[in-house]
Amino acid sequence: MTDTIETPSAPTKSRFSKFWDGDFAWSFRHSPVAIIASLVVLVLVLSAVFAPLIAPYNPFDPASLNLMNGFTPPGTPNAFTQDTFLLGTDDQGRDVFSTILYGMRISLFVGVSAVLLAMIIGIVLGLVAAYFGGWIETLIMRVADVQLTFPAILVAMLIFGIAKGVTPPEYRNEMAIYVLIIAIALSDWVQFARVVRGAALVEKNKEYVQAARLIGRGSFPIMFRHILPNVLSPVLVIATISLALAIIAEATLSFLGVGAPPTQPSLGTLIRIGQGFLFSGEWWILFFPACTLLALALSVNLLGDWLRDALNPKLR
Amino acid sequence: MFAYIVRRMLQSVIVLLVVGLVAFSMFRFVGDPIDNMLGQERTQADIDRLRTELGLDQPIPVQYYKFLKEAVQGNFGVSYRQGRPVSTIIAERAPATLELAFVSGFLAITMGIALGVFTAIRRQGVAANIIMTVSLIGVSLPTFLIGILLIYIFSVELDLLPSFGRGETVMIGNWSTGFLTTSGLKALILPAITLGLYQMTLIMRLVRSEMLEVLRADYVRFARARGLSDRVINFRHALKNTMVPVITITGLQLGSIIAFAIITETVFQWPGVGLLFINAIQFVDIPVMAAYLMLISVMFVSINLIVDLLYYAIDPRLRVDARAT
Repeated sequence: MTDTIETPSAPTKSRFSKFWDGDFAWSFRHSPVAIIASLVVLVLVLSAVFAPLIAPYNPFDPASLNLMNGFTPPGTPNAFTQDTFLLGTDDQGRDVFSTILYGMRISLFVGVSAVLLAMIIGIVLGLVAAYFGGWIETLIMRVADVQLTFPAILVAMLIFGIAKGVTPPEYRNEMAIYVLIIAIALSDWVQFARVVRGAALVEKNKEYVQAARLIGRGSFPIMFRHILPNVLSPVLVIATISLALAIIAEATLSFLGVGAPPTQPSLGTLIRIGQGFLFSGEWWILFFPACTLLALALSVNLLGDWLRDALNPKLR
Repeated sequence: MFAYIVRRMLQSVIVLLVVGLVAFSMFRFVGDPIDNMLGQERTQADIDRLRTELGLDQPIPVQYYKFLKEAVQGNFGVSYRQGRPVSTIIAERAPATLELAFVSGFLAITMGIALGVFTAIRRQGVAANIIMTVSLIGVSLPTFLIGILLIYIFSVELDLLPSFGRGETVMIGNWSTGFLTTSGLKALILPAITLGLYQMTLIMRLVRSEMLEVLRADYVRFARARGLSDRVINFRHALKNTMVPVITITGLQLGSIIAFAIITETVFQWPGVGLLFINAIQFVDIPVMAAYLMLISVMFVSINLIVDLLYYAIDPRLRVDARAT
């Protein structure tokens, strides 16, 4: 992370060209996998963010739906209405392309928020454990160890189930998305806490931390202003890989019917709906959401792999 | 040695007590148990009577103690949804899950080791490279999509295998088995592959990397110099020495097979404990959820304990460390 230090005597090169000539950008420019993966991610994220502008129909607006359009195959005009849909329609005549765009919005929203939340919990607990040590460290790391013996998806399911029991029935559908975020985040924080603690244990004995302590800075400013920036690069790698896992976890939970409700379908919910039409020959209702999910998860995963190699000086 | 075992067991007991506390709080604080058991027409007298009957008027620690006492005896109350004792329901469903887990575990271990050895010995071969690439894709595909893909190929397109259920089952005592009928065996194939595939690729990659390491070791080179045949070197000398880490990882993976069975069982509507649990979450059936939570924790904690103790017995270096501290 040394290349981010700015010197006041203005360098002749702009910030961008400095970054472009740096090791990090060099390794990016020379990795076709990383370029393709990031392009795919960029296209998918942008189309999810601008879904209301791109989508030809609003799948949540009953006025735009025509039941006569149900089960229209992709690219061919409907027998009754002569409407054509790029990726076909589902049983209620909803345009599959539009539902995918809106579904991806929810998948990405849940995935990104869950990873951010897990990251915050993990960083705080990891730093506290490393900096203070003693019984706090023992307690935090023991909890992490125990949680790690249970598969993350199982932990997320249990949290979702308990939360569902606690919320009153009339709010369950509205709260489902947020419960899902918290469930995935709580099943995922351990990775961050372990990595941050490991890196912070090394940093904490370095001279700059001793110097900061000597001039009387408090524990929390030292932890978050001094140590944290120096342990961030492994956190970034884990966050990217966690994002792919969180997207898949969200899809799995929604597919199992314990995630996003049918009123706010994510990609997993769409696959769940599409599975019912597999036997009657309407393959497109399942196929396109599944492909989108795969493309998203796979490219984020590849990006994470590349990031791990690029940020790890030992592998260079 | 003795101190280590005691410390490790104590730890497991604490974990189980904490999980028990979670399960207990679900019962006690998620919804009102009285509400769940009495209908709409109830009087204050009814409520008070049931409160004393259930012991809900006693202090929380006493209630927790009672809950644990019942739980140890396998008594988790009555399912809100089915109106039958949870222990009976789980006992009915368990054979389906255990048979599925057993077959896919067996598949994962045998195929994983065989393919791992193969890809290690024929490292440069075309077949080995194809297997490695396919396994990479297999790892990144979510389990439920693999299940759907298999259903699409073998049930929808080829119409060879059933896509849901267990087929016909035969009762042997209290155990319902699908092993004895053709339809039962046919129904087992797709779910077992779906569940075992991920573990198989994991074991395969592990065996491969361990094997590559061992094949470079001096004793293997000496064995070659002695003129032993390739088969004896690969299987007698090399494979044996890759087994220690493989056994540990496989042991730890046993638990995740049961956990991932939830997903497989839902895709194939397999009438096992996992499907029961998913339905319990959907309908907020607290007793079933609590029972499953306790059951799976006991399983995970004991597997971890056994693996740790085995490791301690196998690896002498750990013993030295323990004595030093």
